[in-house]
Amino acid sequence: MKTDQQSSSTIWPDQIFRVLKDTGIRQVAYVPDAGHSKLINLCRADKSMRAVSLTTEEEGIAMLAGAWLGGERGVLLMQSSGVGNCINMLGMIQECRLPLLTLVTMRGQWGEFNPWQSPMGQGTPAALENAGVIVQPVDHADEIGETVAAAARLAFSSYRPVAVLISQRVIGFKNWSK
Amino acid sequence: MAVTKKPKITLERRDVMTTILRERGDALLVTGLGSSTYDAYATGDHHLNFYLWGAMGGAAMIGLGLALAQPKRRVLVITGDGEMLMGLGSLATIAVEKPKNLAIIVLDNQHYGETGMQQAHTGRGVDLAGIAKAAGFAATGTLYTAQQLKTWLPKIHKAAGPLFASIKVTTNPVPMVLPLRDGTAIKHRFREALLGAKAFE
Repeated sequence: MKTDQQSSSTIWPDQIFRVLKDTGIRQVAYVPDAGHSKLINLCRADKSMRAVSLTTEEEGIAMLAGAWLGGERGVLLMQSSGVGNCINMLGMIQECRLPLLTLVTMRGQWGEFNPWQSPMGQGTPAALENAGVIVQPVDHADEIGETVAAAARLAFSSYRPVAVLISQRVIGFKNWSK
Repeated sequence: MAVTKKPKITLERRDVMTTILRERGDALLVTGLGSSTYDAYATGDHHLNFYLWGAMGGAAMIGLGLALAQPKRRVLVITGDGEMLMGLGSLATIAVEKPKNLAIIVLDNQHYGETGMQQAHTGRGVDLAGIAKAAGFAATGTLYTAQQLKTWLPKIHKAAGPLFASIKVTTNPVPMVLPLRDGTAIKHRFREALLGAKAFE
């Protein structure tokens, strides 16, 4: 699928990447998403990171639990449609008090064209909160870097699951004409 | 295609677990809910056991994250067929990542032993080792006999992974023994044994 026109020309993925480097992130689990495509490429190209493509998002929750058990920090990149796939696995994060940093690009929200994205997109904050995850939404590109930095600190210093929800407003409209 | 008769299943799950763990050395172990967790504990409690009491379908991927974080240590995931079936996609993910130090062992009794002994897909034609092989695992096998297990033991502990073995076991009942359940305690115990003081930084 083609991505929208804005994401490749914006700098917020570079800012997130810098934060992930500064945080000492070694394992990057992801399910591909257009909004995360630039960040995924940056992580894949970095020799100090292991970027792992998943078949479904819940694999990433389990993988990052293993990473932490082994002494490494990780991050999970996904789209809001994948949040629902993670719910039962998040029970382990809460029960074992494991840190978790996840960066969620939102769909079914700002200017959505595909109605099938709405149920999960609109349900994402409540679903995460019900699973014990601290939710930190960000609506503007210039706030993303500091929000991810704060979320990483909260996750790894307080041993808690934290999700940064990156608004569809930041990612821009998907172009359906190409 | 010729129909080949499947060998009779005679291996007992707890004996298999004991046989494997007797030679674990300093390996890290993740066990799936539920009998695999009980069997590992029955064999002998160990601080480098991460016992799962939930997170169904997650054992193999916990193993992957651990194997990537600790590339010099052998990582064993020992789980049941029902738990493995719930995370089939993870076999594809692991095959792509090719962790040399990861071995996934399924104690395959072809049933859901925790929930009333309902039949599982593995007893109805689904070949887990075949799926792992098709995904691209470096070594795969289905084991039926003590002799096969003996032959496979060095591979399970030493061969370049990712390795996948489905070991067919009976559904015979074994005495119930239950390990530590508190997930946070299991985590701290594991990390302290592996990482020392760094576990609490």
